[in-house]
Amino acid sequence: MTIRAVETWTLEPLTTYVTEAGARLVLLMTPAGQVLAQSGFSRAVDVMAASALGAAIVASTSELARLMSQPPFAGLSHQGQRNGIFLSAFDTDRGPLVVLVVYELDASSLGLVQLFLEQLVADLRAASPKTGVPKQVLAADFERDLNDSLNSLFGR
Amino acid sequence: MTAPALARALDLITRVRGVRGAMVVSRSDGLVVAEQLMEGIKGSAVAALASSLAGRLQRAMISAGLGSSQFWHLQCDQGALLVVPAGAEHGLLLVAVTEADVNVGLVRLELLRAAETAV
Repeated sequence: MTIRAVETWTLEPLTTYVTEAGARLVLLMTPAGQVLAQSGFSRAVDVMAASALGAAIVASTSELARLMSQPPFAGLSHQGQRNGIFLSAFDTDRGPLVVLVVYELDASSLGLVQLFLEQLVADLRAASPKTGVPKQVLAADFERDLNDSLNSLFGR
Repeated sequence: MTAPALARALDLITRVRGVRGAMVVSRSDGLVVAEQLMEGIKGSAVAALASSLAGRLQRAMISAGLGSSQFWHLQCDQGALLVVPAGAEHGLLLVAVTEADVNVGLVRLELLRAAETAV
């Protein structure tokens, strides 16, 4: 199990979560796709793809919720024959965050992933920095921030 | 399997003295299908952890060459968890949360009856 964090306050909650939920891959990011921490990924290109796709899914489901005059969906689950994906968005003092979890049905379940997610959210809220307003992500900065994040996550 | 049939089955289980709650749990995803629980029992947590345990027990029993499980009884300090796998190819679990001095045989009977008739 390899867990790496760009923002170190996420490390302990994420480590606990991965162990307890039996998750195979976990990505913690902002709704814009900026990665804060990851577990289980071995290639930077996979983190880039997963964060971009996860952020896009959250954006599209949030828009669907808006069209239905509903608050944004709290969670989204997609289950295959051997693996499941769970996406959830929540607020912290750091700003809104998104967690993407991939789990194997042999090792975990949607129930476990959801159960321990409540604890993860509580732990992240308790650990998140209380000061400072999250900076706006500008298109010009995004690629540089993404590269910096990937360098931190994969030690390049 | 219909919602009213499940509700009736759970009702019969929870009528046994000492039963604090009963539920039907989806074994593959660990989610609650139906429940009748007293206040203070975290149904979603019990469901997720029981389904996880079911998977591990299944692997242990297959490794030991014992076949699939029929009934589990987990005795704790202040009560017990009684579980009967049910449904087509045991896709569900019938779970009873009980007090320590419950008549286990009677609860088991009701769980098995519910597994045969309602699920």
